Amino acid sequence: MSEVPLLQVSGLSKSYGGRIGCAGVSFDLWPGEVLGVVGESGSGKTTLLNCLAGLLAPDAGRVVYDTRAGGPRDTLAMAEPERRMLMRTDWALVHQNPRDGLRMGVSAGANVGERLMAVGARHYGRIRGAALDWLERVEIAADRIDDRPSAFSSGMQQRLQIARNLVTGPRLVFMDEPTGGLDVSVQARLLDLIRGLVRELGLSAVIVTHDLAVVRLLAGRLLVMKEGYVIEAGLTDQVLDDPQHPYTQLLVSSVLQV
Amino acid sequence: MIEVEGVAKSFTLHNQGGAVIAVLEGAGLRVAPGECVALTGASGCGKSTLMRMIYGNYLAERGSILVAGVEVAGAEPRVILALRRERLGYVSQFLRVVPRVPALEVVAEPCLAVGMGRDAAETRARALLTRLRIPETLWGLSPLTFSGGEQQRVNIARGFAHEYPAMLLDEPTASLDEANRDTVLELIGEAKGRGAAIVGIFHDRAVRARVADREVDVSCFAP
Repeated sequence: MSEVPLLQVSGLSKSYGGRIGCAGVSFDLWPGEVLGVVGESGSGKTTLLNCLAGLLAPDAGRVVYDTRAGGPRDTLAMAEPERRMLMRTDWALVHQNPRDGLRMGVSAGANVGERLMAVGARHYGRIRGAALDWLERVEIAADRIDDRPSAFSSGMQQRLQIARNLVTGPRLVFMDEPTGGLDVSVQARLLDLIRGLVRELGLSAVIVTHDLAVVRLLAGRLLVMKEGYVIEAGLTDQVLDDPQHPYTQLLVSSVLQV
Repeated sequence: MIEVEGVAKSFTLHNQGGAVIAVLEGAGLRVAPGECVALTGASGCGKSTLMRMIYGNYLAERGSILVAGVEVAGAEPRVILALRRERLGYVSQFLRVVPRVPALEVVAEPCLAVGMGRDAAETRARALLTRLRIPETLWGLSPLTFSGGEQQRVNIARGFAHEYPAMLLDEPTASLDEANRDTVLELIGEAKGRGAAIVGIFHDRAVRARVADREVDVSCFAP
């Protein structure tokens, strides 16, 4: 087992004027761990994700990432170019709405290929080959490589977003409601894909969702958030099967069994 | 291999008037490698609860739970996940079906998780499914549409795919006919033979008599 956590978060807090976004969130994430963050609307889970991924500047706290070259570094204290490089290589962010994570004006192949170019790839043939490989892995037909994402269904767009994010071989993936807004059958297929890729690539991930079934399937660990605070944390199956906090018990008992 | 000592458990149902259900107090047992200990006691006395606590699925309120030298009570999630992957197997009463995952994959998964190659893992899965009389035509299908007995046999195959040094079996023969019940008893015997420490819940007295070396009456741990 690794000696150093991949990500060490301590006292992360963000307020919007007088309103609490998230408050005092602390956790360690180890290599290969998938952490689910659940909560209802207004729980602070998206604020937390945005602070972690560097999209939002928190008011307090540290996010220390174990970089490949330089060991543990406080990402909040990093210079902008360095942080952007991190976002392009080691980290990835899958948005709830695939349109927020894709370039709709270029082809599917370009969406995947330009990520490789951004980290220095130059050989056109190899870039196109990598793009084709990834499209296949996310089950997008090869003959769609030159189509624009605007011609894709939302499920396909989401799969393309995943391909675009994973082509650079990140170690840590942030996902915000990856199956939100998709039809049930489409969701199912996407979850299978994510599950398979996470295992195959040994990814670490932080997945924000309101859907307990998604965390049960994808995440080994769980944080439950309510009104900005983490009110319960632990092994996913333990938190869902033996919830301690009144709110967690309420959440679990509210889920319809099919 | 499995050492439980001074374990207590109660459930507080906050959304039902704060009702407290005290289930276990001062629970303890020890299982040596190669031994099978059967948990007995009336329905509701806490047999499955105790088993789930050993697995880390339920929190222990008090006490110590050591599996293969690892303290489960209060352990970090990644410690428990690693333990479950490599050293502690659990055959629950019901198969939790993940739709669209074929039966062969369900059974091969634990082997893949410990680094066995795909071919070897699938060969092992096929052997177990064959032994448990699951027809080959079903191997590529998700157990979602299988009968209760078939699902349970897939569950058992999965539970025995990787050779865990410690195993928890919750009613493994419940939905099975005689032939398959005998096969499961053989599998348990083989696991004991290779030194696995087993804790089992077997309602059927005859089954218990065949596999269990000792019995622990969980109702003795009633608060």
